[in-house]
Amino acid sequence: MVKLTINGRKIIAEEGTTILYAARDNNIYIPTLCENEAVAPYGACRLCLVEIKTAKERERLVTSCIYQVEEGLIVQTDTERIQKIRKMLLELLLARCPESEVIKELAQKIGVTKTRFVKQKGNNNCILCATCARTCEEVVGVAAISLARRGVDRELTTPFNEDFTEACIGCGACAYSCPTGAITMEDRRGTRVIKWPHNRMEFKLKKCSVCGQYWAPEKQIEYIAKTSGTPLSDYDVCPDCRE
Amino acid sequence: MAKLKSPNELEALRKSIIKKRDPNKTVITICNGTGCQAHGCKAVTAAFQEEVRKQKLEDKVDIRATGCHGFCERGPLVVIKPEDTFYQRVRVKDVPEILTESIGKGNVIKRMLYTDRQSGKKITCEHDVPFYKLQKRLVFGNNGLIDPTSIDDYLAVGGYAALTKALKMTPEAIIDEVKNAGLRGRGGGGFPTGNKWESTRQAQGETKYVICNADEGDPGAYMDRSLVEGNPHSVLEGMLIGAYTIGANQGYIYIRNEYPLAVRHIRTAIEQAEAYGLLGKNIMGSGFNFDIKIQRGGGAFICGESTALIASLEGRVGEPRAKYVHTSEQGLWGQPTNLNNVETWANVPLIINNGADWYQKIGTENSKGTKIFSLVGNITNTGLVEVPMGITLREIIYDIGGGIPKGRNFKAVQTGGPSGGVIPESLLDLPIDFDELDKVGSMMGSGGMIVMDDKTCMVNIANYFVSFLEGESCGKCLPCREGLQQMKHILTGITEGRGKEGDIELLEELSATLIDAALCALGRTAPNPVLSTIRYFRDEYEAHIKDKKCPAGVCNFEAVKVK
Repeated sequence: MVKLTINGRKIIAEEGTTILYAARDNNIYIPTLCENEAVAPYGACRLCLVEIKTAKERERLVTSCIYQVEEGLIVQTDTERIQKIRKMLLELLLARCPESEVIKELAQKIGVTKTRFVKQKGNNNCILCATCARTCEEVVGVAAISLARRGVDRELTTPFNEDFTEACIGCGACAYSCPTGAITMEDRRGTRVIKWPHNRMEFKLKKCSVCGQYWAPEKQIEYIAKTSGTPLSDYDVCPDCRE
Repeated sequence: MAKLKSPNELEALRKSIIKKRDPNKTVITICNGTGCQAHGCKAVTAAFQEEVRKQKLEDKVDIRATGCHGFCERGPLVVIKPEDTFYQRVRVKDVPEILTESIGKGNVIKRMLYTDRQSGKKITCEHDVPFYKLQKRLVFGNNGLIDPTSIDDYLAVGGYAALTKALKMTPEAIIDEVKNAGLRGRGGGGFPTGNKWESTRQAQGETKYVICNADEGDPGAYMDRSLVEGNPHSVLEGMLIGAYTIGANQGYIYIRNEYPLAVRHIRTAIEQAEAYGLLGKNIMGSGFNFDIKIQRGGGAFICGESTALIASLEGRVGEPRAKYVHTSEQGLWGQPTNLNNVETWANVPLIINNGADWYQKIGTENSKGTKIFSLVGNITNTGLVEVPMGITLREIIYDIGGGIPKGRNFKAVQTGGPSGGVIPESLLDLPIDFDELDKVGSMMGSGGMIVMDDKTCMVNIANYFVSFLEGESCGKCLPCREGLQQMKHILTGITEGRGKEGDIELLEELSATLIDAALCALGRTAPNPVLSTIRYFRDEYEAHIKDKKCPAGVCNFEAVKVK
C-alpha cells in the first residue's frame, strides 16, 4: 500500500493504481472524458490534469489517469492553475462540439458558459477521445473502427470511410463507451443501426427460436461462437429463454 | 575484405590505407551535399572526372566528391588540397581551366575566388574565408575531407579509433567520460547524454536498444541531413560506442524518407562497416555484437518526438505517449531504449578520442562543445555553421553569416525550429547555449536559425509557424489539436484585418494552456513563436488590430475590404 495526500487528505492506495482511481475511491472529483476503466489510459482529453509534488520535491502537472500513486506524493486536484486549464479546455470543447449536452453540462460544472472561440460544424459531438476505437480493439478485439488522419483532420471512421466495416460485429461497445453520445445504436424490426459520427452500418438481428424476440446481431453471435469454439446452434435460443 | 579480428588489424588497415595515399598528391574535393547538388555539383564532378581522364592527370590528381561543406550559398564548392585553394560557384565550363591553370601551372584563378564583402578582397584559401574562419568545425569538419561512400576515407582521417579505444574501457568509464564532457542532447531537449546512457544501462531488461533519431523535420534545418549524408560513419561509430556502453545489440536509425541521399549513404556505410566486421558479431574480437537497421520515416514531423518515433518504429501510428515511464526503462517493444539525435551520436567519437577534459573546455558552463546551426532566411551566407556554444548571435549573423542582404536591416532571428521563439535585435549579444535561449523565450531546438529582415511581418511569421504546427500536430491531445487550430484562426484574422480587442490576451491565455496541458513537447512548445512575437513585437500586433496596418507591409488588408 502507498501513502499519499490528495487535497490535504491523507490517503492509502494500492500500489500501481492511478491518482485518478485513488481520488475516486475517496470521493474526490476529477473531471474526465477520455478515461474508461475498461481500456488502458490514454491521456488525450487532459481534463484530469493535477498538480503533484513528489517525495523528491519535484513539482509538476500530470495526467492523473496515467500517473501512478507514489509514497509521499502530494496531489492538488483543484488549484487555480488547474481550474484555468480546465476552463480553457472546456471552451475549446464547446467550440468543437457546440451541440453536445454532455460538454455543455460539464462546462457548466467547471464554470464555463460560453466559448470565445470559433464554433465548428460537422463534428457531430465527437471529441476524438478514441474511447470507442480503443474499446473496439482492446475489449472486443476486432478493431473495426479507428482514428484516421492527423491533427485537425483527425476523425473516427471505418476503413476507407465507408458505411461498412467487415470486422464490425455490431456489438455496440463503441456506443456504450462513447462519453458524449456521439455514437448511437438502435434496434428496430430485426435490424440494428449503429451510427458513428461520419458513418453508419446496419446489422441483421437474430430471432430467438423460442420467444421470437430479436436478441443479438448475427455477426456478433458468429464471432462469439467462433472465438469460444461453440456450435452456432447453441445460439438459436436467446439467454432469457435458456434454462 | 576479411573481417577485422582485432584493434591491431584495424590499425594495420588504417596504416595501409594512409600509406597508399601520397600526402602531396593534389585532391580536388567537390561538395556533393544536397545544397550543392541543387547548384549542379554533380555535373561539375562528372566534368572533373572526364577532364582528368582527357588531360591524363590520373597520376597527379584525385577527384573526391565529399559531403556538405556548409557554405551552401556559394555552391558548387571546390577545394583543392593540400593548398586549400577555395573556388566557389564553379560551373562545368570552369573545369578545364581549373585543371590546366590551377593544377597544371599553379596559378590561382581569381575569378572563382570568394570576395570578402567587407574588404572587397579576394580570398584564396578556404580556411581564411570569414564564413569558415570563425567556426569550430569539430563534428562537421571531416565532411569536406572525405568521400562519405568510402569507409577507407573515414579510416584515413582516424575513423573508428574511438571505437577501439572505447572497447578497451569499461562501460562505466565511458559513461563517466560522456558525463564529464557535459554532452547534452542535440535534438532539442538538451538532456545530459551521459545520464541517459547510465539510466538505460542500469534499467532492467534482457534486450536493450539504441536509436538514432534522424527524423529532422524543422523547416529550414538540415544539419542532421548533412551529417548523415556527409559523414555517416561518425554517426555509426557514436552508436556503436553507445550500444557497447548501454549493453545493446541492436540499433535503429529512424530517418526521413525525404532524405534519399542520406538514406543511401547511411545504408552504404552500414554495409561497409559490416564487411569490415565493425558491425555484426564479435566486433574486432571484443565479444560485443551489434547490428543496425534503417527505418525510413513517412514524413510526419511528430515522429521526431521520441515516444512517437518509437511507436512508429513498432509499426503503430506515430503518436506520443506520456513519459512518466522513461524510454530508458520502457522504450522500443517495452525494453530499455536509448534514443539520441544524429548530432549527439556524432559528438561521441570526439569525446572518446580527445577526452572529457578537452571537450568540456569548449562552450559555456552548462552547455559544452559545439553546435551546428543551419543559418537560413534573410542572410547573406546561407549555410551550415558549427560554432562553440556561447558564441553570440551577432557573431553568427554578422561575422559568419555576412549580415542581411539587399541593404536591409536585421529584424529578428528565429531559433529552435517552428516551436522556437523569435529573438529581437536588442538581444543579439546573447551568448547562445541551451539555457540562455530558454530564458529569452526561444530554444536551442535542433539548431535551426532563421534570420528575418525588416520586411518581415512578425504576426505573419507567428501565423506561419502555428499553421505548420497545426498541420503537424498528431491530434491526439485536445489542447494541441483544438488550441492550435483556434490560435491559427485568431492569427489569420489579425493578418487579414479582422483582429479585435482581446485577441492578444486570448492568444496569451491559450498559450499558457498549451504549455501546461499539452501531452508532448510539440504542443508544449508550440506557443513559443506566438508568445515571443507578442513579447518583443507587441506594437506590431496592435498596429494590425487597432490601426489595421501592417508595419512591414506584408499583410494585405485591402483584399479583405473588397470581399
